[in-house]
Amino acid sequence: MLNYDIVVIGGGPAGMAAALKAKECGVDSILILERAESLGGILEQCIHTGFGLHYFGEELSGPEYADRFIKLVHEQKIEYKVDTMALEITDTNVVYAINKTDGLLEIQAKAVILAMGCRERPRGALNIAGTRASGVMSAGTAQKYVNIDGYMPGKKVVILGSGDIGLIMARRMTLEGAEVKIVCELMPYSSGLTRNIVQCLDDFGIPLRLSCTVIDIHGEGRVEGVTIADVDENRRPIPGTEQYIECDTLLLSVGLIPENELTRAVGIDLDPVTSGAIVDEYRETSHPGVFACGNVLHVHDLVDYVTLESQTAGEGAANYVLGKKAEAAYIATKGVNGVRYIVPQKVNLNNGNDVKLYFRVGQTYKNAAISVKYNGEEILRRKRPRLAPGEMENVILKKEMLEKFEADGLIEIGVEV
Amino acid sequence: MIYDVAVIGAGVSGAMIASELSHYDMKVALVERCNDVAMGTSKANSAIVHAGFDAIPGTSKAKFNVEGTAMIAATCERLHVPFKPIGSLVIAFTQEEIDTLEELRARGVENGVPGLEILDQAKLRAAEPFINEQALAALYAPSAGIVCPYELTIAAAENAVINGTELLRNFCVDKIEFADGVFTVSAGAQSLQARYIVNAAGVFCDTVAEMIGDTSIPVTPRKGEYMLYDKTVGHLAKHVIFQCPNPMGKGVLVTPTVDGNLLVGPTATDLPHDEKTNVATTAPMLSKVISTAQKSVPCLTTREVITSFAGLRAHLECDDFIIGPSEKNAQFINVAGIESPGLSASPAIAVYVKDLLVEKLDKAKKAAFEPGRKAPVRFRHLSQEERRSLIAKDPAYGRIICRCETVTEGEIRDAILAPAGARDVDGVKRRTRAGMGRCQGGFCGSKVVELLSELCDKELNEITKFGEGSEILYERTK
Repeated sequence: MLNYDIVVIGGGPAGMAAALKAKECGVDSILILERAESLGGILEQCIHTGFGLHYFGEELSGPEYADRFIKLVHEQKIEYKVDTMALEITDTNVVYAINKTDGLLEIQAKAVILAMGCRERPRGALNIAGTRASGVMSAGTAQKYVNIDGYMPGKKVVILGSGDIGLIMARRMTLEGAEVKIVCELMPYSSGLTRNIVQCLDDFGIPLRLSCTVIDIHGEGRVEGVTIADVDENRRPIPGTEQYIECDTLLLSVGLIPENELTRAVGIDLDPVTSGAIVDEYRETSHPGVFACGNVLHVHDLVDYVTLESQTAGEGAANYVLGKKAEAAYIATKGVNGVRYIVPQKVNLNNGNDVKLYFRVGQTYKNAAISVKYNGEEILRRKRPRLAPGEMENVILKKEMLEKFEADGLIEIGVEV
Repeated sequence: MIYDVAVIGAGVSGAMIASELSHYDMKVALVERCNDVAMGTSKANSAIVHAGFDAIPGTSKAKFNVEGTAMIAATCERLHVPFKPIGSLVIAFTQEEIDTLEELRARGVENGVPGLEILDQAKLRAAEPFINEQALAALYAPSAGIVCPYELTIAAAENAVINGTELLRNFCVDKIEFADGVFTVSAGAQSLQARYIVNAAGVFCDTVAEMIGDTSIPVTPRKGEYMLYDKTVGHLAKHVIFQCPNPMGKGVLVTPTVDGNLLVGPTATDLPHDEKTNVATTAPMLSKVISTAQKSVPCLTTREVITSFAGLRAHLECDDFIIGPSEKNAQFINVAGIESPGLSASPAIAVYVKDLLVEKLDKAKKAAFEPGRKAPVRFRHLSQEERRSLIAKDPAYGRIICRCETVTEGEIRDAILAPAGARDVDGVKRRTRAGMGRCQGGFCGSKVVELLSELCDKELNEITKFGEGSEILYERTK
């Protein structure tokens, strides 16, 4: 049995930022477990730019953004193991993991930071009818084939879903000589960032069709075409709007799901909306000493925010290990009136810091306001010219404000138009 | 070389027959039109071992079903294939349907099905907590169970190959000639010679029979669509849950799978004769699957569906199996119309056909043969201690490729290098479950492509999903 103060599961941007912050807070015994061949996580295949604008104030590619943290991990001499898969976390924070060189690892941790990221929703979850032809894959899988393996996974492409990876891949496939025929989005709005719609579709003349989906996939060996159709307000295909599009590839960018298999197995409470753990402002889960951050907690649009959130989790884990965790006096947070979820779901009043609440809305709004209420009474109101599901929002609860709250109170955030 | 027997079709019937024959002193070829075994009916069906009360007494279906079901546990044990005898329930919602249960029970007793019992509503609810509250009663059949049909087929083919059977893939028979007591079986430019033919070609058994002038078994391809659920809802059914049968089959069932998922389906749609490869799912039928399944288990939704698929079954006008020599040529053995309960019947069909050929060819059992196969490593089922010692012996088991199903590099390597091993991504999936979990290969798909490329010594863009024409990658990027 190995012993570490903190075991971080996942060596992507979340895991590295959490580990570095924990180190900075005075914890030396830290181990990062990473399943891929190197640190960096999914950023390694995101060779486009746009990372770091908020955190570094510069525009970096994914590998460059990751590299800054990888260098710090080395400088700070934080231990890590790559090609290593965590298999199980026990009740007592023992982590089981395997790799080829160490075999089965059994690691007793004082605190565990979950930073496993997320995965893409597959075709099956959408129940698209049609054949099982080759050439249907998630946008992220295609991204790996193109950017890491150096092979084209298709030449004539239809993309279903306007999530950011889909948009990025529309541009990437076009640059590599493929013809991207259309991006279909089931919802009446895109879940991707506005800047990606402009830079990846508009600039290349790729049409984005909203309220539209793929209803049939054709082809026996390789995909030969898809049938698309417009959908009504209940997202049901409208008869008569069917259109056949010849293509050899269907890329899916239809949502990301936090990868919480380990979390679920240890019995940590999950939020049904985020599919991530329910956490306090230090991102501690319902299981003492287990923290979660990054896309395993809720899906972020920007890695910059993943970094910030993970630093918070790293600080929380360090406090936990160093016996500095405050006595609990929780208030809950709750999204209402169009706010789908808030992270954190609870706030410990005894921590005495400003707390940033991140949240997402469920539809687009123009000229709306965000209203924050404490036990039914408005305490904060912020104007928002535009709100969209694809862009995460936040408000800050100042510590002066928190001091006036009492345990078991309720913070509600809603949209007002 | 002249083979003693050429088995056409490496589905569960063909593979099980080849396996039985391979224990005898004869030269056997198992030919398959696709790039892998179990690519037709055997890869997409209900995965059920039926008790045997459905078939009309005196039919081949009744005989081989009850005999096969009695053999299945031992067969699976020998071939290292998981089988779970969980029992089945036919549920009734009306008095009329309760009468049907009585008829089915009487039929079952006549067919020799053991242990049949009619459960009242209270017993049914105790047995199936999530069953529709309006279900009044059920026919319980303890001998029914679940088995993975492609795993059984793969294991049988592997056993046959271990014992010297020649497995010829991508051998799509297009011509059969007969001269001097010997068949010449052609598939494009390839051909082989054999004294006997076993026609186990599934939905193509009529096409193959017509090649010797036997037009007696026209097949109607009958499509069944299914949905497979995540393991998180696997507990919603404890038994194979049927509704009362209808003229098109046994209706939509809800059942756990041996791997812990939940399977619902099938529908039944008769296709034109020329659509024998049409396994596309359709939106209307998928919605019918879910709405019909909800009648059995109302809390089912589409939320936890991880994939949907369709399979074809070979339906004959006579609604029975036709097993035996063709009237056109006594050396041509038809194993035709093998729809449900063909999987359950397969061990008995295999022995029956083997006995027939052993007698005709007058061959003895081999002095030494392998009765089963090497048990495949299933890392996900091992204890931490077992995992530790396994990785110490072979580090390839220390690298997880498919995290949803916890499949290691070692298992995928074994599946590719096995006798009758995997040649494509779907073949790896069926043998190891890599890519079969909730992310459906999003994470491991490209790694499986890499391993296939490495172990089969092919370029990445030569690797296919399921054989030629289903390549995954095109040329290199710029």
